[in-house]
Amino acid sequence: MGMLFSLVAVIALAAIAFIGVKLGLLGLFGIILPYLAIIVFLAGFIMKVVKWGKSPVPFHIPTTCGQQKSLPWIKQNKLDNPSSTLGVIGRMALEILLFRSLFRNLKTDMKDGKVIYGSNKWLWLGSLAFHLSFFVVLVRHLRFFTEPVPGWVNMIDAVDGFMQMGVPHLLMTGVVLLAAGGYLFLRRVFNQQVRYISLAADYFPLFLIIGVALSGILMRYFIKVDIVKVKELTMGLATLNVSVPEGIGVIFFIHLFLISVLFAYFPFSKLMHLGGIFLSPTRNLVNNSREVRHVNPWNPEVHVHTYEEYEDEFRELMKEEGIPVEKE
Amino acid sequence: MYNGGKIITGLIIFVALATFPFYANFGKTVELPSELEAEPDEMHLGNIPLVNMRSEHMKLLDQWRDEVVRGGKRFIEYDGDEYEKSLQNGCLGCHEKQEFCTKCHTYAGVKPYCWSCHFAEGEEGLL
Amino acid sequence: MANKPKPDELLSNINYKPPRTQWTDTPVEFKKGYYCYAGRPNNLEYISLPHGRKWSSTDDDWQLVDNWKEIFLEGMENLLKKFRSFRLFMDICVRCGACADKCHFFIGTGDPKNMPVLRAELLRSIYRRYFTISGKLGKIAGARDLTEDVFKELWYYSYQCTECRRCSVFCPYGIDTAEITMMARELINLLGCCTDWISGPLANCYRTGNHLGLQPHTIKSNFEYMVDDLEEFTGVRVEPTFNRKGAELLFVTPSADFFAEPGMFTCMGYLLLFHKLGLDYTWSTYASEGGNFGLFTSNEMMKRINSKIYAEAKRLGVKWILGGECGHMWRVLHQYMDTMNGPADFLEEPVSPITGTKFENAKSTKMVHITEFTADLIKNGKLKFDKSRNDHIIPTFHDSCNTSRGMGLFEEPRYVINSVCNQFHEMPENTIREQTFCCGSGSGLNAGEIEELRLLGGLPRANAVKYVKEKNGVNMLSCICAIDRAVLPPLVDYWVGDVDVCGVHELVGNALIMEEGEKREIDLRGEPLPGMEEKEEED
Repeated sequence: MGMLFSLVAVIALAAIAFIGVKLGLLGLFGIILPYLAIIVFLAGFIMKVVKWGKSPVPFHIPTTCGQQKSLPWIKQNKLDNPSSTLGVIGRMALEILLFRSLFRNLKTDMKDGKVIYGSNKWLWLGSLAFHLSFFVVLVRHLRFFTEPVPGWVNMIDAVDGFMQMGVPHLLMTGVVLLAAGGYLFLRRVFNQQVRYISLAADYFPLFLIIGVALSGILMRYFIKVDIVKVKELTMGLATLNVSVPEGIGVIFFIHLFLISVLFAYFPFSKLMHLGGIFLSPTRNLVNNSREVRHVNPWNPEVHVHTYEEYEDEFRELMKEEGIPVEKE
Repeated sequence: MYNGGKIITGLIIFVALATFPFYANFGKTVELPSELEAEPDEMHLGNIPLVNMRSEHMKLLDQWRDEVVRGGKRFIEYDGDEYEKSLQNGCLGCHEKQEFCTKCHTYAGVKPYCWSCHFAEGEEGLL
Repeated sequence: MANKPKPDELLSNINYKPPRTQWTDTPVEFKKGYYCYAGRPNNLEYISLPHGRKWSSTDDDWQLVDNWKEIFLEGMENLLKKFRSFRLFMDICVRCGACADKCHFFIGTGDPKNMPVLRAELLRSIYRRYFTISGKLGKIAGARDLTEDVFKELWYYSYQCTECRRCSVFCPYGIDTAEITMMARELINLLGCCTDWISGPLANCYRTGNHLGLQPHTIKSNFEYMVDDLEEFTGVRVEPTFNRKGAELLFVTPSADFFAEPGMFTCMGYLLLFHKLGLDYTWSTYASEGGNFGLFTSNEMMKRINSKIYAEAKRLGVKWILGGECGHMWRVLHQYMDTMNGPADFLEEPVSPITGTKFENAKSTKMVHITEFTADLIKNGKLKFDKSRNDHIIPTFHDSCNTSRGMGLFEEPRYVINSVCNQFHEMPENTIREQTFCCGSGSGLNAGEIEELRLLGGLPRANAVKYVKEKNGVNMLSCICAIDRAVLPPLVDYWVGDVDVCGVHELVGNALIMEEGEKREIDLRGEPLPGMEEKEEED
């Protein structure tokens, strides 16, 4: 149900953009909605992170995934069980840039009463490909938001297109993004456990991103638009000197609208894992809780059963057994 | 807020990255290179009308290359005349490269690989 | 269980295919052998947990208070404000499913709601409904109204999680189901729905200082029994002291170690070791429990139970505290104690009185793990062993969840085992160290009435034991946890057979040479050491 709902929703969004452009609402789809989206995105993102920040981390709860620092002659695993800030930075970098934890993924199954384990790196590979290519796609779009285009943006474009296939030359990351998105979708459908846990909130952003990639690829290779006019529009957005040039194909507005929706949806969705991973207390804490005291700002006053109360109850028994007592 | 220093620093970095286009261009008025203000003409070779220039020229040039280099068909006949399918002699025979090609490509951040082979005497290959 | 099903029957019931209906539309069925008995009102009252009453989880009417929903939601809001982990883990799960087949309860039962992600979704669906904007859209946004059925389901699955954190190792954001289960249990306890097997030991511990309810004289007589046995087996008479002021160290271990086998054999190992060292230490009858069932109840309860350790260390005037072999005890000591009941500025930074080694890693909490202590002694050549006394034992080592994923104590116990045994074999790598499998009975689930659930939860561990038994002839499962020592014997007996369970310090006690030329013909279990006489002729 979630899947169908999300699919229909994304198609409907594309249709809205199509109809809107046909009705001549170019200013709405080309200027107003993109600006609104970026404002909602930034404000929503900040508010969410601040909300997380307002809750303290009362206890020191890193998940330790390697040997602790203890005796000097025992080799510590400094990345999976860091005892210093530097170690934590390393751990977080591995986690954020290379998806360290997903790399551990295993497939567990039962065969003839035996639990068997198999290496299963597909999810790691698929999601790394998805995220990295999405990031590169995002960065190389800076050619639409800078003038003159910086050398490093051109460089990324050149590396991305190094295979020099076709005209305009094929940019690998677009294809990889689409393929990886497709893999993540198919995995949701064909892995029975993952399908069982999937919500509309899982399919919707995936379809939205696939829709963005698809419309982008269509626009670059098949239904071409006047790229110079597109840049005129995007530079207008970036310089706050807006205008919508005549004659940009409708596919561009569909692409832009889907992106606007994605940005506006971002802070209210699971996509906030982008910000959340930095704050995850099982990953970003140094495992030194016996070495340095961690302070809980709301450490509660509690009622305890004191030694005096204990001795009062058991004094005679203790004396009989020769256990020392405070009050004879 | 708890760990406010770190969180706010992180947020500032994030916002700085996300809004890069806005401050990178702040106060700038970007004008189109004059050549680009012209409406995209139909592409032509002599008198032959071809495809839409802005969106399709790269495909046609690519097709020409294959026909000439692999198929050996160098000329198009039109209205009794013969025209050479050539970037160097056809397009750049009349148009000036800097104005006609480079400006637009630079503006859009597109780096065609035409120039890795096609360069005039004295000009450096761009590869 | 009177009519315990056969292993094959249990195995044949495991099916990983989820039901056809969506999980939100699949009502929970309370299966016998999978739910704990309800906590008794007198126990709840003793530890001031609210709303104690006589009830059973199979009742239609749980007799929740009228405003239970309000209490639950207010409690939830409170916890969201107090715990960043909770709010964050509610928000950022992408349901990638990497955790799904990492949970021993899912592997063993096939119940999709035992996938960590879905167990968390039970609570997350309530969070969305009442604490997010999109959740107002209802079902399509994955939100659910809080109803009695939803609460019952949350209860059922909150006590099918052992807070082992294995899922957290594999989660790309480190989402820790232990945290989520802990939050769920906090809420459950606001409504007086604690289980009997948790509230009973808690009440005991609050009153007598230990979960088993051993009163001071019982503790002392249990020790006398052990001391006599030790003298018979080794010829050495040890003299433990209790509540002795002025001792250099306080030693705290789970009470199970001086209550029942095979924990008692581990305790005998401690006694021999400390005697050999001439360690100036004392036991306490007041702080006679290392474990802490408060961890399975609420953070306040945990603090209340834990407070006795520092209070007793202060009263007795010891320098620092040494802690015995236990899993969740060390989760609390390592990650919570100093925060809750510290700073322990009345103690000194721990230094081994024998080797002079400073335990830098424990300089604030001032509590050292016994395997850290012993490994240091061995490394510094302070102990002599006759490893051949353990030659009848082919051990493997079960990493406890909590010392593994909440501490990172891996090499210390292995170094000790390898120093006292000749033939040690590891279980497969996906089942040890940070990927270790739970015994299936942690976090207060060691209740008799849920034996079937526990047997299934312990299946992955048992399977790994079976593997090394068949491959390497392993006949001993060593561990550093009291719950393990209590539950692994019946578990391996059921699935594997002919493998015993021991603590690491039992092996130490067996091999430890107390004095030159000492002859030992029996081990700490009172069993003859095979081939000992012949060996001496060779020497």
